[in-house]
Amino acid sequence: MSGGWQRDGYEAVIGLEIHVQLDTASKMFCACPNRFGDEPNTNVCMVCLAHPGALPVANAEAVRQSARVGLALGCRIPAASEFSRKQYFYPDSPKAYQISQYDQPLCAEGSFHVPGEGAFTVRITRAHLEEDAAKMIHAGGDAGRIQGSAGSVVDFNRAGTPLLEIVTEPDLRSPEQARRFLTLLRATVVAIGASDCDMEKGSLRADANVSIRPIGSAGYGTKTELKNMNSVRFLARGIEAELERQLGLVLAGEEVRQETLHFDPATGGLTSLRSKEEAHDYRYFPEPDLLPVTQDPDDLAALAGQLPELPVARFARLTGAGLPEATALLLATEVELAAYYDELAGRVGDAKVAANWVMGELQAHLNAAGIAADASPVTPARLAGLVGLVVDGTINQTSAKEVFQALVEDPAADAAGVVEARGLAQVGDADELGAIVDGVLADHPEEVAAFKGGREQVIGFLVGQCMKASGGRADAKALQALLRERLSA
Amino acid sequence: MAIDVIGLTAERAAALLRGRECTSEELAQAYLDRIAAVDGELHSYLHVDPERTLAAAREQDASGGDGLAGVPIAYKDLLSTRGVPTTAGSRILEGFVPIESADVVRWGDEAGLVSLGKTNLDEFAMGSSTEHSAYGPTRNPWDVARVPGGSSGGSAAVVASGCAPWALGTDTGGSIRQPAAFCGLVGLMPTYGSVSRFGVVAFACSLEQVGPMTLTVRDAALLQQVIARDSDRDATCTGPREPIALPEAGRLDGITFGVPRAELEAGVEEGVRARFDESLAIAESLGARLVDVELPYARHGLAAYYVIAPAEASANLSRFDGVRYGLRVDAPDVRAMYEATRDAGFGAEVKRRIMIGTYALSAGYHDAYYVQAQRVRTLIRRDFDAAFGQVDAILLPTAPTTAFPIGARLDDPLAMYANDIFTLPVNLAGIPALSVPNGLSEGLPTGLQIIGPAHSENLLLRLGAAFEAEHAFDPVPPAMRSAS
Amino acid sequence: MADVELTPDEVRHVAALARLGLADEEVERLGRELTSILGHVNTIAQLPIADVPPTKHANPHGDALRPDAARPGAPREEALANAPDPTPEGFRVPPIGA
Ligand SMILES: [Mg+2]
Ligand SMILES: [Zn+2]
Repeated sequence: MSGGWQRDGYEAVIGLEIHVQLDTASKMFCACPNRFGDEPNTNVCMVCLAHPGALPVANAEAVRQSARVGLALGCRIPAASEFSRKQYFYPDSPKAYQISQYDQPLCAEGSFHVPGEGAFTVRITRAHLEEDAAKMIHAGGDAGRIQGSAGSVVDFNRAGTPLLEIVTEPDLRSPEQARRFLTLLRATVVAIGASDCDMEKGSLRADANVSIRPIGSAGYGTKTELKNMNSVRFLARGIEAELERQLGLVLAGEEVRQETLHFDPATGGLTSLRSKEEAHDYRYFPEPDLLPVTQDPDDLAALAGQLPELPVARFARLTGAGLPEATALLLATEVELAAYYDELAGRVGDAKVAANWVMGELQAHLNAAGIAADASPVTPARLAGLVGLVVDGTINQTSAKEVFQALVEDPAADAAGVVEARGLAQVGDADELGAIVDGVLADHPEEVAAFKGGREQVIGFLVGQCMKASGGRADAKALQALLRERLSA
Repeated sequence: MAIDVIGLTAERAAALLRGRECTSEELAQAYLDRIAAVDGELHSYLHVDPERTLAAAREQDASGGDGLAGVPIAYKDLLSTRGVPTTAGSRILEGFVPIESADVVRWGDEAGLVSLGKTNLDEFAMGSSTEHSAYGPTRNPWDVARVPGGSSGGSAAVVASGCAPWALGTDTGGSIRQPAAFCGLVGLMPTYGSVSRFGVVAFACSLEQVGPMTLTVRDAALLQQVIARDSDRDATCTGPREPIALPEAGRLDGITFGVPRAELEAGVEEGVRARFDESLAIAESLGARLVDVELPYARHGLAAYYVIAPAEASANLSRFDGVRYGLRVDAPDVRAMYEATRDAGFGAEVKRRIMIGTYALSAGYHDAYYVQAQRVRTLIRRDFDAAFGQVDAILLPTAPTTAFPIGARLDDPLAMYANDIFTLPVNLAGIPALSVPNGLSEGLPTGLQIIGPAHSENLLLRLGAAFEAEHAFDPVPPAMRSAS
Repeated sequence: MADVELTPDEVRHVAALARLGLADEEVERLGRELTSILGHVNTIAQLPIADVPPTKHANPHGDALRPDAARPGAPREEALANAPDPTPEGFRVPPIGA
């Protein structure tokens, strides 16, 4: 499934540009709070409103977090990096230039390995620090559409918040690889603590450069840019749709035009945002108001040493603990699931048992409810309570499923309470089990005879009958043992 | 008491206040009266608010501060003043009221200085005559038919005319020193990075500094003590390397001055040259030694400057887009609004520089113009470094001419720019220079420019005080002498 | 670099980049002035100094970074006080257009 996208003699060539909003206390170049969701224009000052005379001063923590991400992406962190002005007029750009990095980025030339079946490596071109733009609230016209709208109101709260832009080489060969790469990258940044990477809030935004070329050719076809996909799933779907569109054009003998496209997940359609015919002339030059950021090799070594366990290492650890690769990859990279798993495994104290619950009951419940793990009413603590009752033999698997459902339905309930209230504690008591077994054997003389005649598989039927008689509460192992004992007596 | 503010130094004003010979309110009132009497003709202030000024003065009287507390001051209208209109001499900022003050204004407030108002300037400090102000030109108190120089022409004129004891200006290519020379004042362009630029409406960030414009060298030192401070809001500012000392005049034994003779051949007016040569003689008479120095790349300073400054300016002025403040000319879409607003809001000189800068940075020309100019800048810095290996300071006229008639150079941008040939190399190198009065040529002031290595302000002020004492120049223009 | 002569179209292109709406007379006049100024500036274009590092900062000793400490911003009324076309919560701009 991780093979390349190939159709009619053409293959996919995909590169990503990812913007990560860094989770700092203050903005990139001023002290205004870096906070999402506040009233419009309440986190603004002279600097982020670009009043005349305002000067930027760069945020040390944004630099530090960016360097940590760069290290995790295998990047070289040059001894000096430099800010530049990227000039363009737009109401969301208060200075009419964005302070970004041009020929001396903070992180250069990395490579990032995506493990598991069909493992692949993506070269990282660069990762650079810059400031985010303001938010335009569009009034009138089609909601969300810019062109033809009746004017906009600008909210500068987001203006000047720190962004790390990560640019890959065009090394991805399928939408699925793009999905896997972005998933792992996101998990890595979250593990580092540099950003919550919440795509719905826009704290992680991905653009894809997409083109196709004849299989085996070394050149590149004309690429288009898919802008601002707000989920990993939509990114893969958008790329898939664009690849199909380009293939259709090429097969029909038409040319792919260089343009910027928007993918609408609701309709699956692609719309052109603006044509790149009038190419931008950003007139970059080094930002005279900011000094180069220098990095001390010793500090960088210390920073690298302080990185937490990253998803790639988790994957290795989990496969080492005996989890299947697919499970390990999921539990290493799906951010919410990984966090859930970590807490559960910690509480339960058994990697495999925890993995089985997460991959089984929990996943089924999350899929059915359409929610992420961190939104589940069955918190890791509550689930750990339930798993504990299974592990110590208080309840059996059958009852455990019932208890799990009860935990889903009643957020106030706890596993022990449910077991108590419903009398689900398993029957392991020899006398009680003995009575049940004796009753079942007495009711099924023919099966008993068959067993004794050598048809050993009949024991399955007898176990089922005993379980039924116990109301599903019998300890299956003890029951088996007791049955065999009575039958061989 | 009736205070005669004509020719009154800030040092003397502070002494009057500390000796309780007058109150800050009386002093402020005396200046406001003087402004009312003469500024109608000079047009050196863009904004005066007597009530606000008097209230600030009364506050100083009540708080019984010491030092400079209660001494009035004027600020170039390029410096942001919280709650007080700041226009940068441009229509595009008409009615703009800053929400914070520039660091240097805050330091002034902290020292208890009382603002008399905001002074006229070339629009966004782009000019050498103050004729490029959107609000009309300022006249030179020495001859009202002539320019006061620029871009800090308003600050120069208010001090020369007795409408403020001192003022702050800014210097990007000579904008403190040249108007100081044209108006018979002392002007200090500090080492780049010793004074905060926060709140100074940006023209060319890598070149400009705020500095004092005063009647005496000691006043320049006193004001520099107030403004030269590290600031955490300007990443390029680290403050002075050592505290600014109050200079005393004295002999110059052991001092070596460099004289770039080759540069002087480049069209210096006869009278200016004669006064300059007299100062060289004064230096020798005080025991200093003169040696020739070469600054081979300085002659390329004008070309480098007219790439770098417009390039930075073109970006700095892009924020004036009619969205968040200032002028807006309505139009049916954003782009048309930008173009109409900026067309109506900027004057001809500003447009000229935005165009040069945009062109120099645009695709295909960036390396040939911008990067090449920054290389020339490196070579100019090296020239100065090499010279300062041999000499303590370099002497040059501040400007090649005296103040020229209003209108004389408006139609020839290159001739206007050429007035800054002796000052701009200093900004390109980021080093300090002091202009002190150097006597009159045909009734008009000339200036002596003393250039030193980075952070040599104390040396420059001491050297300046020595020349000042020998010249015994009267900074009050004849026409301004009779009390109003 | 050879002497430049800016054509009216080049002037208009640069003006468009800088978002300066120019009248035709201004285009003509600026073309002349820019040609003359760039003619002078060109004197440095020929200098054989490609190996000289460009100066980017006049004071290389500045502080590159500030600590990540947040301070409340300006009150919204103050932020909006200078706006040419404010709404109760923001800055209104005309439609983006085609
Ligand atoms: Mg970017
Ligand atoms: Zn801010």
